[in-house]
Parts: sequence; C-alpha cells; structure tokens
Amino acid sequence: MAGKYRKVAYYPGCALEGTGHAYNRSTKAVGKALGLDLVELKNWNCCGAMEVKNVDPKLQTYLSARNLGIAEDMGFDTVMAPCNGCYHNLKKAEYDLSHDAASRDVVDRLSQKAGHKTYEAGQVSTIHALDWIKESVGEEGLKKRVKNSLKGLKIANYYGCMYTRPRHIFPEKDQGPGSESTAKPHFMDDLLAAAGAECVEYPLKTACCGGAHTLSDSDTSTKLVLNLLTTAEACGADVIATECPTCHTGLEMHQARAEKVFGRPTKVKILYFTQLLGMALGLSARKVGVQENLSDARDLLRARGLG
Amino acid sequence: MANVATSMTLEEIATSLERTLATGDDELRAAAIRESAVLLQIGETILERWIEAQGEVPTDKLREGFRLLALQRQGAKRDPSFNACRETCRELVYHHNLLQHEPEHPKTAQRIRLAAMVARHLALFVGGKLEVAGLGEFCCSSRPLHAQDAVAPSGASTS
Repeated sequence: MAGKYRKVAYYPGCALEGTGHAYNRSTKAVGKALGLDLVELKNWNCCGAMEVKNVDPKLQTYLSARNLGIAEDMGFDTVMAPCNGCYHNLKKAEYDLSHDAASRDVVDRLSQKAGHKTYEAGQVSTIHALDWIKESVGEEGLKKRVKNSLKGLKIANYYGCMYTRPRHIFPEKDQGPGSESTAKPHFMDDLLAAAGAECVEYPLKTACCGGAHTLSDSDTSTKLVLNLLTTAEACGADVIATECPTCHTGLEMHQARAEKVFGRPTKVKILYFTQLLGMALGLSARKVGVQENLSDARDLLRARGLG
Repeated sequence: MANVATSMTLEEIATSLERTLATGDDELRAAAIRESAVLLQIGETILERWIEAQGEVPTDKLREGFRLLALQRQGAKRDPSFNACRETCRELVYHHNLLQHEPEHPKTAQRIRLAAMVARHLALFVGGKLEVAGLGEFCCSSRPLHAQDAVAPSGASTS
C-alpha cells in the first residue's frame, strides 16, 4: 500500500485560496517534507460547492466532472482534494456519472457547449488528504520521519459531516481492516497517533457543526459548535484537529462568538491535522501557517516544544 | 439528574440535560442504569418532535435493537440531510450500552456526562432543523429539500 500516491493531481478548491489558506500551505509543506508530489490542476474551477448544488445538482456534477477531466488530460488517474466539500462533490460527480444517465447527458451537453472533452466515469479516482498520506507513507513511514513528537498533546479529531456521507458515494470505505469507516472514521486518529499524539475518544467526530446555518441562524451554529468544543474539553482534549476548511473556520469563528455573545469561553485550540503533522515532521509553526489561524495555539505549541 | 416525558419540548429537554451535566459524580454513578435509560429515551423524544413536525407518527419499531435508530431512519426518509445525526444517535446507543454493561466502571460519571452532551447535540441539531424547515437547505451534503420544485436560474440552466 505504501507509495501508492507518491505523485497525484492536486485540487485545492476555492476555500483553500481564501479562509483555508493555512490548510493549503500546510498540506503542501507536509507533502514536500514527505517527498510526495502534488501537481495542481490547470485552470480548475469551483466544484459546485453547496451554492450551485442547491440550485441545480446536475450543474454541480458538470463542474466537478470538468475538474476530473482536467486531471485525466494531465495524465493523472488520481486527484487529491483536501477540502471535505470538494472531496464530497468530486466523489458525488463520479457516482452520478456511473449511475445516472440524465447526469451523463447534462455533463456531455455542457462539455460540448464549453468546447472540451466529456469526462467519463471511472477514469480518475478522488482521494482526501487523509487517504493521500495514509496510503503513500502510512503510519510506519510517518513514525520513521517524526522529528518532533506530538507526545503529550491530547487531540480530539473532528471529521465533519461530508467526509463520510452519504455512504454510497464512498465505495472504498467500510471495506474491513485498513479501510476507512463511515460510522467511526479513524484515518486522522491513526496518522496523528503515529506522530505521537494521544487521540481522545471523541463522540462527536462526525456530528454537525451547523456550517450551513452560519449566515441564516448564527445562534444555532454557535450553540452546535460550543457543544463540539465543550465536549472535546470534557474528553480531555487540548486541541481539535480538523481536515476541512469549512469545519475549521466554523469552529474558530463560533468559538470566538460563543465567548462574545453567550459569555462561554473555551480553551481548546483548533488546528488542521496537516499543521500538526508538519510540526511533528520538524517544520516550524510559521511554515505550516499557525499564525494564520484565528484560534491562537502558539502559546500551547511553544509550551509543548512544537513549532 | 435528567428526566423525560414524551410530551417534553426541546427546550425542556435541554434544561433536563443541563441538570445532568451539573450533577456530582457520586450521584451520577449511583444512578448509572437509570440515567442511561433516561438519556436514550430523551434521544427518542427529540426525534419524535422532528417526525411529528413532518406530520408522521413516530415508529415503535426497533432497528438493531433500538427504537432510537429506527426513529432516526424514519426521520431521514423524507430528508436525507437528517442522516447528519445518524452517528450522533449511534454514539448515544454506544454510551447507553457502556453504562448498562459496566455501571460500576471508574469512568461512569464521565460517560454519563458525555452521553448527555451527545443528546444535547441531537437536540440542537433537530432544533435547528425545525427552525429552518421550509426556509431552505440546512445540510450542505444533501439534495435540496424540495428538489422537484427547484428552478434553476436562466444563467445556470442545464437544460
């Protein structure tokens, strides 16, 4: 298994060029430190995100299919998307193209209109950043490269809702030992444990963060996030590790809002798993963009000899 | 300590859960079996509120031995985005099982509090869903609530 994804196409998606910049930066830095090649898709477009999908799901299928087609044209059979939303949408497009003739028709028609080849299902596999590291380097490979163990750091791993749902678009999951679980995902736990961290049992690892409520009903989002934060603290966590820019921003933003609006401060820090892995590999906190996070973890990291 | 009645509102449930979270360790340990049963029933009551709001009758059937899981499945039938609480329900069942099988475990009080936090998440999630029902999509990972009614703007037409 190790070495499987040494060179893959990279689809950062829109969020990683904005609020999730630290995730982009740390993902690339970790790849470089591990000797993995990421080749960014040329002229990529939005995956269709939630905005397009909610208006016209088939238009989202086309937008994601176009990105998969670019990966194919560049000679890749695998594209890595670190954002849960992008990862989900590319997987969904692949599923729709395999199972729904109407989706194939729409994608074909829009591709012709746009003047490019129609992407056909089965040519490119979409993987998440967790799959990428887990299956290219693996826990044993990671252990050998750790220069600055995360020992003593208690981490609650938060996967969010889109990494595993709906189950049918992730056929490679739930395939027994070694595969990811949709009921209780563990890839992030495995990687951070290999880097020396103590991963706590966190019962809300795939629970809703209220992301889509953020603008329409901020109080509900804040209450959901506050419960995620206080539960992580009750589990003994110093840090919540994230693997999605939307979840990450939501947790940070509503952590601040919970204190300001509800007078409920929480101490748990929020870091991308790639930031934690990067520091374990000997990269500085600055190199993995810790200073870009709203949740300021620098004192905690310094106290633990990290970064 | 928590209590539950099938007529409880989500607000009353939230208050009841806060009481559990504020209860001392010794008291929680002494009532572990009762608390685990009450927390599971609270989960069922939360889902009943959602199902009733859809104009349906909450099922009495069991799934994998638990009514809570059957109710979750029923709640997701008309709204796939309701599956965002599937694992939350399973965690509640998991904690119920831990408490029922090991009521004397050294972490019993902690387990009861975590179960209460999981139930609180379920209440918040369902409360949020109820609030926005009819206004639009809550969960970004699902199809639109009213896909058949969705009309694409002319610039985004796929036809």
